[in-house]
Amino acid sequence: MIYEIISSGFGGQGALTIGKFLAKAGMKEGKHVSWLPSYGPEMRGGTANVSTVISDKPVASPIVSFPNVLVALNQPSLDKFASSVVKGGFIIANENLCPKIPTFEGVKTISAPLSKIATEIGSEMVLNMLAIGMVIGLTDMIKYETIEADLTAFLEKKNPKLLELNLIAIKKGIDLTK
Amino acid sequence: MAKVLMKGNEAVAEAAIRSGCRLYFAYPITPQSELIEYMSRMLPKVNGTFLQAESEVAAINMVYGAAGAGRRVMTSSSSPGISLKMEGISYIAGANLPAVIVNVQRGGPGLGDIQPAQGDYFQATKGGGHGDYHTIVLAPASVQEFADMASDAFDLADAYRIPVMILSDGMLGQMMEPVEFKEAKTDEEIAKLDNQHKDWCIHPKEEGEAPHHNEINSLEIDPRVLEQHVLDLEKKYKLIESKEIKVEEYNINKDNDMVCVAFGTASRIVRSAVDQLNAEGKNIGLIRPITVWPYPYATIANALHDKVKKVMVFELNLGQMVEDVKLAVNGKVPVGFFGKVGGIVFTPEEIKAKIEENL
Amino acid sequence: MQVIATRPKSLTDLQFTYCPGCLHGVAHRLIAEAIDELEIQDTTTGVAPVGCSVFAYKFFDMDMAEAAHGRAPAVATGIKRARPNMQVFTYQGDGDLAAIGTAEIVHAANRGEHISVFFVNNAIYGMTGGQMAPTTLPEMKTSTSPYGRKTDDVGFPIQVCELLNTLQAPYYIERVSLLSPADILKAKKAVKKALTYNKEGRGFTIVELLSTCPTNWGMTAIDSLKWAKEKMVPYFPIGKLRDRGEE
Repeated sequence: MIYEIISSGFGGQGALTIGKFLAKAGMKEGKHVSWLPSYGPEMRGGTANVSTVISDKPVASPIVSFPNVLVALNQPSLDKFASSVVKGGFIIANENLCPKIPTFEGVKTISAPLSKIATEIGSEMVLNMLAIGMVIGLTDMIKYETIEADLTAFLEKKNPKLLELNLIAIKKGIDLTK
Repeated sequence: MAKVLMKGNEAVAEAAIRSGCRLYFAYPITPQSELIEYMSRMLPKVNGTFLQAESEVAAINMVYGAAGAGRRVMTSSSSPGISLKMEGISYIAGANLPAVIVNVQRGGPGLGDIQPAQGDYFQATKGGGHGDYHTIVLAPASVQEFADMASDAFDLADAYRIPVMILSDGMLGQMMEPVEFKEAKTDEEIAKLDNQHKDWCIHPKEEGEAPHHNEINSLEIDPRVLEQHVLDLEKKYKLIESKEIKVEEYNINKDNDMVCVAFGTASRIVRSAVDQLNAEGKNIGLIRPITVWPYPYATIANALHDKVKKVMVFELNLGQMVEDVKLAVNGKVPVGFFGKVGGIVFTPEEIKAKIEENL
Repeated sequence: MQVIATRPKSLTDLQFTYCPGCLHGVAHRLIAEAIDELEIQDTTTGVAPVGCSVFAYKFFDMDMAEAAHGRAPAVATGIKRARPNMQVFTYQGDGDLAAIGTAEIVHAANRGEHISVFFVNNAIYGMTGGQMAPTTLPEMKTSTSPYGRKTDDVGFPIQVCELLNTLQAPYYIERVSLLSPADILKAKKAVKKALTYNKEGRGFTIVELLSTCPTNWGMTAIDSLKWAKEKMVPYFPIGKLRDRGEE
């Protein structure tokens, strides 16, 4: 299997972190992974996006031109990348910041008011975990347990409250795909 | 050691520290900032010296001083900063000093931009500074290789007393991939490394040691002496050319329809295209020079089997490596080229189309 | 037989290659004598510049480095950081230190780098044949200021010690001259003080030594001394600008 993911949003929304957690979980599961962010002035207020590849085979090109998973946290991201998603792929969109969600034949589009749900859970910061949950719900890219273990190791002592919110958000994300 | 997910810029810094690098002098520039920042965080923890120099010029001359004192030392920069360092690199080469220089290439010329590019190939492999000299140039294609090359670079630098450049680019610097590090050298091992150059380097006279007058110098005012010095350098370069060429041959066989040549990150994009084409029944080979100086001319020449009617070169520049490929091919078949500049990286699809067009 | 004067141990047997009347030999000797007296020859290393004293790395009998033009303070920084137990000095002329190497000297001083800088100022580029230096005096004629240095065009001579004295970090800054036997004795004290502070790890020290260039000034040695006293000293006043050791 090979997953080629583009995750994109405004700088600060956590688009890069989504890719990072997915790549890290993929690595922990013994897969080949790469994570390639856009960088420079683009990141300061513009669209921050990252190409993540998770594969059974060594990753050749880390640049994703035709993703099979797109996580779009805002409208510019959707406008920029939605049309390049391959048939059989998924688009995950944040309804709160994507007023116009296009549909493409053969591409499954799932949207939810992610910003609103994140705030309801307790922090805008968990927006990215909602998206990760949706990726887990839609694909067999990574397992929930892997990311739970990773987050626990990272946050258990440092910020147990945030850990709890994160795990709630991932589970909620999974539910959103059902 | 378990694998960790890390940016190339940080991985090469960590690997350098593990290889015994305890001195690092540099000046901030994008897209290598994570490297200098990592060094500023980590070197003090191992009693190393991190110094942010007032300029690239000062940084490379600090490297010259520390290398002259016989210790493992590194600097890093990105293209415009490497241009500034070229004077110092020429002096380091002329004075037979070991040093490691990392170039995280970006678009040029001039200020260019900060996106990945390979436009410094000529500068890195054909000199860059003044005079007859070479630096060993290693071109990594993954974060793991970027890290591994840090220790290779120090070993080569010490073995030949030569500046070694790791020629990466913004993509490798910014990209995260899993990386497994070698065991860090112990303080004892580092002390041994620091002592290996005592027959020529600047150091205090120790008890029992004869008084010494070691000169760290590239000046030879007498033409006959300078001639001999440059010829001695050439001997060293010939030895390196005979022993240190590294190259990856990917699906090279006697039934190849075409041979492609690419280095560094560009080679990964080409490999994607080659994989797709081979899955469709074609037989395309890829040669990836790992050392771009010394250059694997023979490997390319030997890959020109009967069915190969053309060699295609792919680079993120306007064809700088094509000259070396043409030297290797020596007119036997045409050499084609496709490249992107300005910090634009070609896609596997573009490469695939170019290969098909030229089959 | 009693030996009353001999070659300092810290100089090699090589004969100096300087012009008749040049004071580089005197400056070399003062540094070497101070190193001998402080018994630090085995732990001292120097960095030679580009300029007339480019061969200084051959004359001092210890490990020496030859730097690119103006870069001696950066090279010395690298050596000092790599070998913190050594005493590191640079020997630089006015073109080297105050023109092409301005950034390096200012920042080495500003870091309080633990090195000693011996700065020989003779208001001219000697080795390349008498061109205008950053310290060339107003109206002074050189091969690249044939009508005299015009300050409205190329500015005024740089007073290096005064410039560095605006920084917080330097430990010791003094200007001396090599223009008379009495001045030379005072210069010796300053050089020795800088190296003493260096040995003690106190911080950045610089001694500017006012000197001459009979060859490129087109004068006899005697006239050059007289000219320097009359013209240079008023512009580059002799004296201690800072001595943290005596505060």
